[in-house]
Amino acid sequence: MKWAVLQFPGSNCDQDLIHVLRSVMGKDAAYLWHKERSLGDAEVVLVPGGFSYGDYLRCGAIARFSPVMRAVGEFASRGGFVLGICNGFQILCEAGLLPGCLIRNRELRFACREVVLRVENAGLPFTGRMRAGQVLRMPVAHGEGNYFADAETLARIERGGQVVFRYSEGSNPNGSLGDIAGVCNGRGNVLGLMPHPERAAEAILGSADGRLIFESLSDAVRACRAARLSGD
Amino acid sequence: MGKIPEDAEVTPGLVARHGLTPDEYRLIQDILGREPTITELGIFSVMWSEHCSYKSSRPELKKFPTEGPSVLVRAGEENAGVIDIGDGWAVAFKIESHNHPSAVEPFQGAATGVGGILRDIFTMGARPVLLADSLRFGDIRGRSRKAAENRRLLNGVVCGIAHYGNCIGVPTVAGEIAFDDSYSGNPLVNVFCLGVLRHDQIRLGKATGEGNPVFYVGAKTGRDGLAGAAFASRDLTEESKEDRPAVQVGDPFREKLLLEACLELFEHAESIVGVQDMGAAGLTCSTCETASRGHSGVEIDLDLVPQREAGMTAYELMLSESQERMLIIARRGHEATVRRIFAKWDLDAVEIGRVTTDGLMRVRHLGRVVAEIPARRLAEEAPVYHREAREPKAEIEDYDPQKFPAPKDLGASLVKMLEVPTVASKRWVYEQYDHMVRVGTVVLPGSDAAVVRVPTDPPGALPPVGERSFKYLAVSTDCNGVHCALDPHEGGKLAVAEAARNLACSGARPIGVTDNLNFGNPQRPDIFWQLRRAVEGVAEGCRVFGVPVTGGNVSLYNESPAGAVDPTPVVGMVGIIDDPAHITTQYFKGAGDAVLLVGCIGGGLGGSLFAKEILGRRLGPCPMVDLAVERATHEALLEMIRRGWVRSAHDCSEGGLGVALAECCMSGPREPLGAEIDLALAGASPGRLDEVLFNEAPGRVVVSVPEGHSGAALALMAERGVAAHRIGRTGGDVLRIIASDASILWQVARLREAWGGALGRLLRG
Repeated sequence: MKWAVLQFPGSNCDQDLIHVLRSVMGKDAAYLWHKERSLGDAEVVLVPGGFSYGDYLRCGAIARFSPVMRAVGEFASRGGFVLGICNGFQILCEAGLLPGCLIRNRELRFACREVVLRVENAGLPFTGRMRAGQVLRMPVAHGEGNYFADAETLARIERGGQVVFRYSEGSNPNGSLGDIAGVCNGRGNVLGLMPHPERAAEAILGSADGRLIFESLSDAVRACRAARLSGD
Repeated sequence: MGKIPEDAEVTPGLVARHGLTPDEYRLIQDILGREPTITELGIFSVMWSEHCSYKSSRPELKKFPTEGPSVLVRAGEENAGVIDIGDGWAVAFKIESHNHPSAVEPFQGAATGVGGILRDIFTMGARPVLLADSLRFGDIRGRSRKAAENRRLLNGVVCGIAHYGNCIGVPTVAGEIAFDDSYSGNPLVNVFCLGVLRHDQIRLGKATGEGNPVFYVGAKTGRDGLAGAAFASRDLTEESKEDRPAVQVGDPFREKLLLEACLELFEHAESIVGVQDMGAAGLTCSTCETASRGHSGVEIDLDLVPQREAGMTAYELMLSESQERMLIIARRGHEATVRRIFAKWDLDAVEIGRVTTDGLMRVRHLGRVVAEIPARRLAEEAPVYHREAREPKAEIEDYDPQKFPAPKDLGASLVKMLEVPTVASKRWVYEQYDHMVRVGTVVLPGSDAAVVRVPTDPPGALPPVGERSFKYLAVSTDCNGVHCALDPHEGGKLAVAEAARNLACSGARPIGVTDNLNFGNPQRPDIFWQLRRAVEGVAEGCRVFGVPVTGGNVSLYNESPAGAVDPTPVVGMVGIIDDPAHITTQYFKGAGDAVLLVGCIGGGLGGSLFAKEILGRRLGPCPMVDLAVERATHEALLEMIRRGWVRSAHDCSEGGLGVALAECCMSGPREPLGAEIDLALAGASPGRLDEVLFNEAPGRVVVSVPEGHSGAALALMAERGVAAHRIGRTGGDVLRIIASDASILWQVARLREAWGGALGRLLRG
């Protein structure tokens, strides 16, 4: 297994990610149960959407204590690629792998609809196939996707190119500060976003823009492998 | 019902409080050959409640066609019917009501309605892939207390459905909401679920094999939902709020674990004998029904049941409707498999009893036998009532053109109609539901029917690397309560016709029906007459379309102090689309296409929403449907779709042709698109343009086709004997409707604003 899709109790987009990775992208992808302590030979870790532990207490707050998350933290610190989508984004924030947090949508209602995103940083393993300013269509589906960080953090991530995706004007579904839809860590190997690229990976579902993220990641994995082989 | 002590004496008063008649009590004595214990009295009262026993409706339900070559599990035999969809795959689907609980506690009432129907589906071995809801509320407009209460109920129900469905990760893709004051104080919350399974995955709810262990799995038992089934079998009164303890509390997270654990266990077919969810009447119903179906007995020990609260009595344990629980009859020797899988999912799995051969449901508690009842007689031999049916005197005036002159400004009337909550866009509602999870929703909510693709993988834990194969299913739920109030028989037929038409407009052919009969108190002859006539209408419709009824639900006693709800036999219809290229949506796709009206122009305003909203009163008569013409229309439309001619197809329902044309222009996901329509081309006579635009004659579809196919399409229709006319062309940013002397013009952006934002404006404000 090269692409590991984590499964927490209450994950519900895990099967969707497996579908896209295996059946659409042709990747060697499999589930990884949250009680596992090792990531095996995974080259990419995906933290899926859903309601891990029912979102009780606070979204992602319990999942981050699952045994597998320690391994994910170590993997990330070695530069491994970690992608968190929706609840996965919330878990990565709770785990301290990403800056900021996600609070309740401004209108206090769950919002499931297509949004328009603008690519802010095209120089990442997740965005190599995009160009800055490119516009992508993807659905969101969340009740707590309102990105928040203190002023200092916000200024730092804006300066450091850590804001990777923004809702384009009029498309912000949740009140996120700075229209932020996705952020990465300082090193650029961990990304979290609220929109669902796996729901926008096939034309029959209305948009295939989400594939760009998986294709970019695939390029990055290949480049890493090549670098390892050539001993860089 | 207040707390009943364990050693209470069974008195006539107590029997009456349990909703049992003296005759029913004598039958219980006869079955037992002695006086019942208090626990047994409770058990009989829930099993013989209307909700569980269908004692009033059973003779009527026999009128439904339930057979067919594709029926794998028939209506009434199991928790849900199962229909073959080819290549070794099948669908299990069912609709169920949670009206009474939602009236007193809308959030939990609706949430547990979703939880209950999901369990009915995965109990069958199917993976749930979609949910749909058919909702009815009183009017939500205005400043009255009643309107505010109706808004509160709507808001609570929508949040409850979202809470449960979103968390468990099953998309809510379809449904309908209508508003009428007959539902004030007694909303209808009917929830539909469909699951997919291979033929070899069908699981049945029976207990067989002496000594096989009976496992209790899932959540612990508490005092919530005590005797909810009995509560659902009474009229709602001012005091019903005190029945709030009879409403269950849902935990969708736990149900998600239960769902995954059960489906994982079911892959070990050799370990499982039978499965039954604990829904209405909880432990009581699941034990006696599995024993009855297996022609066996079941013995359980309540001391072993996982409990959330201390000091629960046997009566409470047996009658609790705590959610997210199942009963699993395992094969002796395979206990470890059950325990291992449920432990993985952090769920209780406790052996609480075993299968016996004596035909008895035997319940022990604190070392004593507290109930010992012949299971089959309890589950299957509830009394059946042949209620009196009497046609009430017609109270509703018929439409008379002389008496109701056309409004002067029909342009404004259309805008007003689009803002009527029943017609207005339901975006405010469905955006609160995750309708895309499982990456299968091919046609999103907001078209005539939702279309969902379901993978048909070979067995295995992971889907294949590389292309997957799919089947494409369409779902619609329909019923017009006003039509049913005017004429329940015609209304029942119309509900089936509309559901089938919605499927045809999406490119699907119907394969099965589940129905939810919502009526008032069946002991009133006029109500029972409505029920009987509506069932006969639905049955006739299903026969003409050749679709079996695979199950459903009956909800009676839907009465508030103001009276009974409109008769509402909701039809949930499932269709299959043979080729994804045939998937069709309702909105115009591009400029320059020909617009066709399939069906006649119609006339009269009886039964119309226009009469109620613009003329200010409900008017008869009910529109009449010719089912043979309706079927021919759908088949001809499907043929046009198969030939690749159809760019959009939208049925005319509430609000008639006027509303349908506006929706064709503005209901797409991108910019709205106008059209130039001349209704004289379809034979509209000069004069009453209000009748032309807003009558609700059935059998009509607005279709757009590329100009080049228009002639062939009309020829095909003529050949099939289906009325069809070219009435205009798409394009521009205005909708213009001409009919001989009159011409009306609307900016489509303005129409979309009225229609698209109406519900949000009412509910956000």
